Amino acid sequence: MAVGLEHFLILSAVLFAIGLYGVLAKRNALVILMSIEIMLTAVNITMVAFSRYSHVISGQVFVIFIMVVAAAEAAVGLALIIAIYRSRKTVDAEKFDLMKW
Amino acid sequence: MGLDIAFWVLAVVSVGAALAVVLMRDIFRAALFLVLCFFTVAGIYITLSADFLAGAQVLIYVGAIGVLIIFAIMLTRESRRGSPSGRLRLPALLIGLLFLVTMVFVVVSTDWHVIAELPTEPTTTAIAQALFSGEDGFVLAFEIAAALLLAAIIGAIVLVREK
Repeated sequence: MAVGLEHFLILSAVLFAIGLYGVLAKRNALVILMSIEIMLTAVNITMVAFSRYSHVISGQVFVIFIMVVAAAEAAVGLALIIAIYRSRKTVDAEKFDLMKW
Repeated sequence: MGLDIAFWVLAVVSVGAALAVVLMRDIFRAALFLVLCFFTVAGIYITLSADFLAGAQVLIYVGAIGVLIIFAIMLTRESRRGSPSGRLRLPALLIGLLFLVTMVFVVVSTDWHVIAELPTEPTTTAIAQALFSGEDGFVLAFEIAAALLLAAIIGAIVLVREK
């Protein structure tokens, strides 16, 4: 069976599900951030696959914008984690209760 | 045929690397597997004939974000405590599987109208024209992205600055 659009979509769904599990199940804030990056990458694969199988270039333009947002998110997220680590000496997401009511 | 083999190899390696990221106990190794996952995704972009994005993926994700995450792991020194799972492990597994089953069902049961032949043009010029052409281009979004990056840089500096 030749590789088609469905294969890329299912691959991206698998990657997104793995990232979703990581975000929900992990306690280390850095691993949660890495899982978010996996989810963003999975969405990018979907965009590029649709762009290639419809010959419309806008999908790839959107991927560029997603990459920009992912880079900004990683920079600010890691800065936040380092700032929290300085004041609380942990990166365990279940111990971040500053804003818990 | 060659593209099919490349796809299967890259798909298996990327899924395996992503699984290693969420299952590995040592978070430094998890970060290295994340870099491997990004690299294989760049290969998948090449099989989708998106040459410019493959280059951008290697530069931004493998280069910049990979190094940034490894730096953060070094700075927080949590690596010997590993990355344990929280209380929500089973519900998270259920939600992930439910999402996956739903997506696979939707993808398989939809009748996609696809153009099978490969686009032969290099994509760099086409992306530039789509970004900057006057009519229905993305010039405003491009400028907003620039402002977003500037805000993110300043925000990151302010957050980690020594008081």
